[in-house]
Amino acid sequence: MLQIKNLKAAINGKEILKGINLNVNAGEVHAIMGPNGSGKSTLAGVLAGREYIEVNHGSVFFNGKDILDMAPEDRSREGLFLGFQYPVEIPGVSMVNFIRTALNEHRKYKNLPPLSASDFLKTMREKQELVEITAKMTNRSVNEGFSGGEKKKNEIFQMAMLEPKLSILDETDSGLDIDALKIVANGVNKLRRPDNATIVITHYQRLLDYIVPDFVHVLYNGQIVKSAGKELALELEEKGYDWIKKEIAV
Amino acid sequence: MDTSQDSILAEVTGSDYKYGFVSNIDTETIQKGLNEDVVRIISAKKNEPEFMLEFRLKAFKYWQTLKQPEWAHLKIPAINFQDIIFYAAPKQKKQLNSLDEIDPELKATFDKLGIPLNEQKHMTGVAVDAVIDSVSVKTTFKDTLAEIGIIFCSFSEAVHEHPDLVKKYLGTVVPYTDNYFAALNSAVFSDGSFCYIPKGVRCPMELSTYFRINAANTGQFERTLLIADDESYVSYLEGCTAPMRDENQLHAAVVELVAMENAEIKYSTVQNWYPGDKNGKGGIYNFVTKRGICKEKNAKISWTQVETGSAITWKYPSCILKGDNSVGEFYSVALTNNYQQADTGTKMIHIGKNTRSRIVSKGISAGFSNNSYRGLVKVLRGAEGARNHSQCDSLLLGSTCGAHTFPYLEVDNPSAIVEHEATTSKIGEDQIFYCNQRGIKTEDAVGLIVNGYAREVLNQLPMEFAVEAQKLLSISLEGSVG
Repeated sequence: MLQIKNLKAAINGKEILKGINLNVNAGEVHAIMGPNGSGKSTLAGVLAGREYIEVNHGSVFFNGKDILDMAPEDRSREGLFLGFQYPVEIPGVSMVNFIRTALNEHRKYKNLPPLSASDFLKTMREKQELVEITAKMTNRSVNEGFSGGEKKKNEIFQMAMLEPKLSILDETDSGLDIDALKIVANGVNKLRRPDNATIVITHYQRLLDYIVPDFVHVLYNGQIVKSAGKELALELEEKGYDWIKKEIAV
Repeated sequence: MDTSQDSILAEVTGSDYKYGFVSNIDTETIQKGLNEDVVRIISAKKNEPEFMLEFRLKAFKYWQTLKQPEWAHLKIPAINFQDIIFYAAPKQKKQLNSLDEIDPELKATFDKLGIPLNEQKHMTGVAVDAVIDSVSVKTTFKDTLAEIGIIFCSFSEAVHEHPDLVKKYLGTVVPYTDNYFAALNSAVFSDGSFCYIPKGVRCPMELSTYFRINAANTGQFERTLLIADDESYVSYLEGCTAPMRDENQLHAAVVELVAMENAEIKYSTVQNWYPGDKNGKGGIYNFVTKRGICKEKNAKISWTQVETGSAITWKYPSCILKGDNSVGEFYSVALTNNYQQADTGTKMIHIGKNTRSRIVSKGISAGFSNNSYRGLVKVLRGAEGARNHSQCDSLLLGSTCGAHTFPYLEVDNPSAIVEHEATTSKIGEDQIFYCNQRGIKTEDAVGLIVNGYAREVLNQLPMEFAVEAQKLLSISLEGSVG
């Protein structure tokens, strides 16, 4: 589904990603872990098409298409979803209006007619239940005045609505209490299907107790320095990132 | 990051004006220029009674003693009044008795603007007075409204059919001595709408006037007078467009509203005069005086304006809150793009006891434009318990435009509570990217964000027009972000 080959990227001329290689297949959950500043969010940003990140080398294929030259909205319509670490507020734009606009853009891309109002509301109710968010929340403006937990739940709700092929969840666990974390993780697990994939970016192992990954990759200094099964996360938790740093130094 | 935002902006603000076409209408015009004879000619053309000519001549004499005001935050090139045609009327072969007889070209013009002049086909519940250049060409639903005592007609017609009402109220809210452009308008105004809602009547449909400038080298000077008698209600809407021309055209209107005891007037404007091209060439100078008086107790006047057009806008719809417990409201979205300039706001004059006013102003600036809010809240000594809340927000798109706020507060009663809040923000690259990531392209994202920002004001518009206004906001920004 996703093939990243020797990807190098910089911000303001400073190289952050120094040759990333990663393959993600349908049905898989990958966790990307690493200390602060290792390039985790930059990787998510490159995949989603952040303009301020300069890609200097390498390729990213998503469903057989080179997406590096694709506009961010087209990547989204192709089925790439980014759950933001810090979802922004858009005052005055109701969540309903926002997600309906987005959903209909996705449908237009697939040559489907816009969803009727009743079908849309039905879908919305189903997905709200799935991710345990209240109707009240969707009637508010996008993320405006939402608590940290509500913002993250709202990301998962949007993910449920758009049914992406690949979801990248960037530090979705940051700022969440344990109850919110469970709800978010639960939502992600329910949305998991054999034909989609998830990349969970996290600093801590905690989230991976609830979203169990098939693979864990350690990103350090702009490169994936270690990949293994889910047990790697536990090992990291126990030994800390210093262990990896030392191992690399050797 | 500013540079990438600028490139975004450059792309979204630069679309074409949808209503820039010129209609081939046979037009009768008078000679260019302004002098006493021109004033007399206009009055004679309209076959006016003596009191009207007197009013015009007094105004003209007064205007000659005035100088164009310079206090606004606007750069207004010198206007050569001798180069303007002050009267232009589509020629009509004969008196119109039915719709079938309307000049097909005129009808086509209004069809093209989405303003059908046919009652059956018309949007349900909206009566229209259509004004092109200097005259009103058609008022719909006049008879239906007359059945419940509502007078809704062109100003010229009112002068003939209801001279007592015109005489009683004309110039009582905006006297011809009020300001330079009001004096000019009083001297040369050629048409506009007149409306009277009798006691206890709730107007069953939206009333609206659609203003269209078509002829070249002309100015449009219209006058609207709206009176809501005791216990009545009316919602009124005006819209305006003009062809794209390289030269600037002057539009100097006066609107007077009178609300009696327990009456309510809701007045909405969607102003979309031609704004000029991307380089600031051409466009309408929109110098308008709008004022309403809550004459008796518990009256309410609410102004809502969506201002997206005009090269220069100079406009302050105001409320004189004379009756005790009366309420004044001003909701405004002013959007400027390219080289447009706007200096707009309101005046709330609290005279009666327990009078309340609310101001919500949302400025949006893009391109190289300048957008100013200017507002006065004045509480007179007798206005015991007066309250005002003002909220003035500015949204900047890009780094080459300007937003300014000039609030004036004059409070002479210690029991008054006056609050003013102001914010300035930039449209966030993060907001746009968030929308992109959900599949919404930048242009649509900006439209969505701007409409969200203006929602509090747009919510005040009648349903049918709120949708139009939303589209207009998005269209007016096309090319400014991308």
